[in-house]
Amino acid sequence: MFAALAMLAVLPAQGTNLAVADAVITGESNAPTLSAYGFFLGSPDRPSPLLIPYTLATPLFSDYAEKRRYIYVPQGSRMHANADGLIEFPVGTALIKSFGYPQADGSYRTIETRLLLRRASGWVALPYIWRPDGSDADLRVAGARQMVDFADSAGNRYSISYAVPNRNQCKTCHELSGAVTPIGPKLRNMELAAPARALVTGADWTLASMPRWDDAGTGSLDARARAYLDVNCAHCHNPRGSASNSGLFLEYERPPSMTTGLFKRPVAAGRGSGGHDYAIAPGHPEHSILAYRMGSTDPGIAMPELGRAVVHREGLRLIDEWIAAMPAGTPPASEARP
Amino acid sequence: MKHQLTSLLGSALALVAATTVEARTIEVAAGDDAQTRLQEALINAQPGDVVRIGPGTFRLTDGLSLDVDGVTVRGAGIEQTILDFSGQQGAGEGLLVTSDDVVLRDFTVRDTRGDGIKSKNADRIVYLSLRVDWSGEPRTTNGAYGIYPVESEYVLVDGVTVRGASDAGIYVGQSRHIIVRESTAVQNVAGIEIENSYNADVHDNLATGNTGGILVFDLPGLPQQGGHSVRVFDNIIVNNMTPNFAPAGNIVATVPAGSGVIVMANRDVEIFDNEFDGNGTSNIMITGYRYGSTPADYQPMPMRIRAMGNRHGRAGFQPGLPGGAEMAQAFGGSLPPVMWDGAGTDIRIADDVAALTLNLPDLAQPVSAASPAPVDLSGEANWPRVAAVVLPASMEAAAAAP
Repeated sequence: MFAALAMLAVLPAQGTNLAVADAVITGESNAPTLSAYGFFLGSPDRPSPLLIPYTLATPLFSDYAEKRRYIYVPQGSRMHANADGLIEFPVGTALIKSFGYPQADGSYRTIETRLLLRRASGWVALPYIWRPDGSDADLRVAGARQMVDFADSAGNRYSISYAVPNRNQCKTCHELSGAVTPIGPKLRNMELAAPARALVTGADWTLASMPRWDDAGTGSLDARARAYLDVNCAHCHNPRGSASNSGLFLEYERPPSMTTGLFKRPVAAGRGSGGHDYAIAPGHPEHSILAYRMGSTDPGIAMPELGRAVVHREGLRLIDEWIAAMPAGTPPASEARP
Repeated sequence: MKHQLTSLLGSALALVAATTVEARTIEVAAGDDAQTRLQEALINAQPGDVVRIGPGTFRLTDGLSLDVDGVTVRGAGIEQTILDFSGQQGAGEGLLVTSDDVVLRDFTVRDTRGDGIKSKNADRIVYLSLRVDWSGEPRTTNGAYGIYPVESEYVLVDGVTVRGASDAGIYVGQSRHIIVRESTAVQNVAGIEIENSYNADVHDNLATGNTGGILVFDLPGLPQQGGHSVRVFDNIIVNNMTPNFAPAGNIVATVPAGSGVIVMANRDVEIFDNEFDGNGTSNIMITGYRYGSTPADYQPMPMRIRAMGNRHGRAGFQPGLPGGAEMAQAFGGSLPPVMWDGAGTDIRIADDVAALTLNLPDLAQPVSAASPAPVDLSGEANWPRVAAVVLPASMEAAAAAP
C-alpha cells in the first residue's frame, strides 16, 4: 500500500504534461473544453494517473450507460469522512464521471463526462460532450440529446435518444437545501482501492454497509431494495431534496412508514398515479405507484424524471419482488370516499 | 444573442439591484434548435436580466429550467409566443423555476407531458399574463397541473388562463402568502386549488367548466400541513359540470362533478361575495379528510369556515355524489347549495340559502352511512376575520409594469 501511495505522490514529477490544472478547477469561469483541466490524456479512455478511480456497490441507473468514476484532489490534499459517512472534499476537488456504451464492434464509446468541481464558492456541475473523434469534449450547459444504440447484458437491443442533462438538471439531482452537493461518494456505498482509501481521513471502511442491489449474497431482499431506492431515488426524495414537497422519502436508513410509501396516497402525481391509490400497496406491485412510475418511460409518468429513457428491467424486478414479499394487509384505518 | 441595457425593469428588480452590474435583455427568437438556445439563455442569465422570448412557436424537446434569481422571462404575448411541448421527451414539467424573485409573463405553454410551469422553493414569484393549455378535449392523459408553485413564500398568479389540466389548473401547494387573481380556469378537474398552504387570497377569478371550481384542501403526510387563513372572494364560479377526468388515485379524482368550492380540512377559510351558478352537486362543500389513517400531527377537521354575501344561482340539480340522486329526490328535486359532511367545528353560513349536512361527524364513518338533513348554520361567527394577503411591493410593481 505504501508503494502505491508513494507512486501517487511522485507522479507529478514525471512530467508537466501529466499535471491537472488546479487553477481551472477553482477558477470562477467554466472551461469551454474538457482538455483544459488535464483529466484525460488525449482520449476518454486514458484518464490521468492523478485521477482516483472508484466504483459504487449500488450505482444510479442511467439508461444502461456504463459509467467511469474518478476523483481528483489537489496533490497533498486529503478527503475526510464525517460522522454521517459522507465524504468532505477539499476545495480544488473534481468528481469526474464519464458515460458511455460498449459498441457492437467491441469498442467503447464515451458520450459525455460530467464534472462536479469544488470551488471556494461551492460545487459547480458541468456537462461536457465528447467530439466524435474523441479528441476533446465541449461544455454544453444546455445539455443535448444524441441517438445511441446499445445492448443490455441480456442482449436486448435499444436505440434511444440519450439525454445529456443541462446544468440545472445536474443540480436537480445534486441539490441539497438548494446547493449543489455530491450524491454518489458515500462511505457505505463506495468501493475504493486500498491505496486511495488512505487519502480519506476519519473513515471506518468496515462500516460500509449498504449491500449490492443485484447480489443476494450481500443483503436481504429488503436491504437490497432499500439500497436501490436510496441510490436511485433518495437524492431527490429526501426532506432537503428536489422532491421534498412529495412527502415521499426513500433514504436507506428511514424506518418503514407512510413516509417511505406504505399506503401513501399520491399528492401531485397526476397521471403518474396510474390509477393506483398508494405509492406502495404492500403485497401488490401491480397496484403500486412506485413500480408503475419505474416501469414507464413517458415524461409526466416516469421516475426518475431525468436521465431515464428506458426501463431498468432488473431494478424494477427487484422492486416488484420486494413489494410482492410484503404482507398485504390493509391500511391502518378504514378507507372511505366522500 | 443580443445584449442591451434596459431601463424598463423599475422597482420590480430593486431587490436584486444591489447584485446587478448591468441588467441586460437576452433575446431568443423562434427557429431551429430553440431548445438549446432558450435553455442556454436561461442558464446564462444574470440576476436582473430579462430573457425575452420572441414571437412564434418554439418546438421544445425537453423541459426548460431557470435557476437564477431575479430574472424576468417574457414572451411577446400569449397569442404570439407559444412554447410547444408536444414533442417533449423528458422532464416532469415544461418549465421549472427554482430561484427567487422571478417574473414569468406573456407567453403560452402548450401540451406538456407532465405539469405546465412548476416553481419550487421559488420565493416572490410572479406568474403574469400566461396561458397553459392542452389541445383538444379534456383528457386523462393531459398533464396534472398547469401552474404549480410549491414550497414558496409569496406567490402571485395574475391574469393567467389554464385549460385542460387533469388535476388542478392553478395549484398552489405548501406555500405561504399567496394571491391568485384575475385568472381563468376552464375545463380542468380542479380549477384553482390551494393545498397545504397558509394565507391565500383567491379573488376576481373565473372558474368554469371544471369538475370542481375552487378547492381549499389540506392533506396529511406532507412537510407543510395544517392549511389555514384562505379567503375566496369576488370570483365567478359557474357551470363546473365537466365529468371528472383525473387519473384514479389522486385525491381530486374523487371530486364530484358539479362542485363549486370545496373546503377540506382547513381552518379559518372565508368564502364571500362570489357568484355561484350551475354547479350541479353543490356551490359550497365543507368536509373533513375522509381518506383513512393520518399522522398524529395532522388535523383532518375543518374549523372556523364561513361564507357570506355570496350569490347563489342554480345548484344541486345533478349531484355527483354516490346516492346523490336519491338525496336530491328527498329534498324535492335538488340539493341545497351548501353541503357540509357534519365533521368539524365553527361552520357558519350567512348566505340566505339552505344548507345540508350529511351527519357524519366521525371521519371513520363511510359516506354510505350519511343521513342527510337540513341544517341551520347561520349565527354569529365570533372569531376574527382572516387578514388580507399583502405581497412585497416588488411583486406588485412587477405586476403593474407595462
